[in-house]
Amino acid sequence: MGNGATVTKEGVSTASWTRKDLLGLRELSAEEIRIILQTAESFREISLRPIKKVPALRGKTVVNLFFEPSTRTRTSFELAAKRLSADIVNIAAQGSSLSKGETVLDTVRNLEALKVDSFVIRHASAGVPHLIARRTNASVINAGDGAHEHPTQALLDLFTIREKLGRIEGLSVSIIGDIAHSRVARSNLWGLTKLGARVTVCGPPTLLPPRIEQLGVRATHAIEEAIRGADVLMLLRIQHERQEAQLVPSLREYRLRYGLDRERLQQAKAGVLIMHPGPVNRGVELDSSVADGPYSVILDQVTNGLAVRMAVLYLVSGAPKVDDEP
Amino acid sequence: MSKLLIKNGHLIDPVNQRDGAFDVLIERGKIAAVESTIPINGAKTIDAAGRFVVPGFVDLHTHLRQPGREDKETIETGLQAAVRGGFTTVCAMPNTEPPVDHRGVAEFIQQETRRVGLATVYPIGAITKGRLGRELTDFGELFDAGCVALSDDGSAVADSFLMRRALEYAKIFNRPIIQHAEDPQLAAGGVMHEGLVSTTLGLRGIPAEAESVIVARDIALVELTGGRIHFAHLSCAQSVDLVRQAKRRGLQVTCEVTPHHLALTDEAVGLFNADAKVNPPLRTEQDRLALIEGLRDGTIDGIATDHAPHAEWEKAADFDSAPFGISGLETALGVCVETLIVPGLFTWRQLIEKLSAAPARIIGHGGTLSVGADADLVLVNPKARWTVEPGRFVSKGRQSPFTGWTLTGTVERVWHRGHEVAA
Repeated sequence: MGNGATVTKEGVSTASWTRKDLLGLRELSAEEIRIILQTAESFREISLRPIKKVPALRGKTVVNLFFEPSTRTRTSFELAAKRLSADIVNIAAQGSSLSKGETVLDTVRNLEALKVDSFVIRHASAGVPHLIARRTNASVINAGDGAHEHPTQALLDLFTIREKLGRIEGLSVSIIGDIAHSRVARSNLWGLTKLGARVTVCGPPTLLPPRIEQLGVRATHAIEEAIRGADVLMLLRIQHERQEAQLVPSLREYRLRYGLDRERLQQAKAGVLIMHPGPVNRGVELDSSVADGPYSVILDQVTNGLAVRMAVLYLVSGAPKVDDEP
Repeated sequence: MSKLLIKNGHLIDPVNQRDGAFDVLIERGKIAAVESTIPINGAKTIDAAGRFVVPGFVDLHTHLRQPGREDKETIETGLQAAVRGGFTTVCAMPNTEPPVDHRGVAEFIQQETRRVGLATVYPIGAITKGRLGRELTDFGELFDAGCVALSDDGSAVADSFLMRRALEYAKIFNRPIIQHAEDPQLAAGGVMHEGLVSTTLGLRGIPAEAESVIVARDIALVELTGGRIHFAHLSCAQSVDLVRQAKRRGLQVTCEVTPHHLALTDEAVGLFNADAKVNPPLRTEQDRLALIEGLRDGTIDGIATDHAPHAEWEKAADFDSAPFGISGLETALGVCVETLIVPGLFTWRQLIEKLSAAPARIIGHGGTLSVGADADLVLVNPKARWTVEPGRFVSKGRQSPFTGWTLTGTVERVWHRGHEVAA
């Protein structure tokens, strides 16, 4: 399987994957990341067929347990599970602020009693997937835990960069925005540095977390520095709540100093990739002309997200290789 | 009551500067004699060979949770845990439900303590009504009802004007105002120390400055008012430096440190281990070493546990939701021995002083094996090793960041007012 035109140097076997969970990229080796990307490569082709289905996870049950609202990521996981022929159940649970822990564990235990194979979990509190993974034999995939990690997002970002630029190693990647509150930034920082990219994070001082440079990245408050020489510009969503919390004086001020518009884009390298995990605040962190422009790969990210999530579901379920006949 | 003679032990009594082979005779609940050799003369005899005989420890800072949160701990289970840990005197913090802002609650606590026996409890009264930080409580009435100090612990008195008035008014009574130093605005929403670990985990941090700005402010207020302050559970190097300078200037400033702040750093959080979630948070190695040095050079007066038990299900929640607090009475001695004595930083005499005589000085009770004093003493086995299993705690707070640690030093036997209490 696989599209031979995509450049991949490593010849790793999916049999080397041994983890029952995918909780984050920080604990993965570069090798493990490559296994996921290789596996995603094989699954990408399925979505291009008239019958978009393989029986790889037939008979397995996947539960989307989302404690934070999400349409995009949840739909992506749902389709990924379905294209692998798994049974998928979507649960949009509300955790109360006082008894979150009890609710989460009790919910999971009850579902586990129904013999679920995998949980895909998104929660506003960091560490919830880890809490659950320690207490269940089912596989746990982190779909975003607070500001901690969003591993499948970073994996699809890595996949997209490799697809477009042929490699990760040696590239300059700048992540611009609210780094402090961003799980996407953290997961990407781990993935990119492990695969040999040079990472710059950029934002106002109030949105860069303390000691971020000790994680192996360059930090700057000047967007011009982040843009200059970058092969990839990754923009993050700035939320209205940050203005309310006085982390930025206003979104208007943020856009003036950190928004990527056509003019700032001129300073970028030719062939630069513009990425965004979505949804885009048009006219704030990204102007429409840039988001929809020729350098933007935002929609490719979405497409690749499906392949990556199929790969992750497949790997953690530990399923043996099944023929891809529909 | 018959006589009890404890022979052949190594006695450490810092107040009376005894550190060596002494026998102790206990009669009618008091220390009757302390000599190098005491004849048996019909006394019941305990052979304390290979053991330290020390004053019962005094804990300046314990949360007994009763009244109000008996699911987390009761006075009974809390005191069972206290004596297990070698503590025969415990100061109970007032953040109960209702809080100890009225003499009735203080009296209830003392009544329940009398029923339970086991150890002495001194209530600490609240500084402000409801611990809301707005109106002062009736200090005189609370002290008359048996409180040994006042604190809004759990929260700081954040309003500078009110803190000034509290320090001034308390001068009548010559008793400490205990400040939980935490600027609520700087700390807001934080769940652990603000630093590399919080950045890595994506958790909101509480900077060390949230504590040190209040320590600095309150030292200035002590200078302004001539009052007396005790800082609870200091956690960072900056606070230690500020207190050191304040003491040099002759100000009435004292402070305490917990065993967990001496032993652990923010790395104990690991992958969201809520057993390490505590306020003030565990900070960096530099902070930890500064706290040890501060304890050694006398800047930090004594060790206090800040025993803060919670129900197991509460601590089993996600890190953001889990309550702050470490159940520390039963591990205090072992953690201190492992952290301070085993690496050769402290002698046993220094440690016992910090657990008994020094905290006793702050509240004016206990911490001594003087002839005539209440017979509150502990037999410590300095060589015994044990592994921490919170499931076997007698406290209802069956969780600990020291789970699985092997510690040195056990409390073997405890007497409170001459009665042996379960250890």
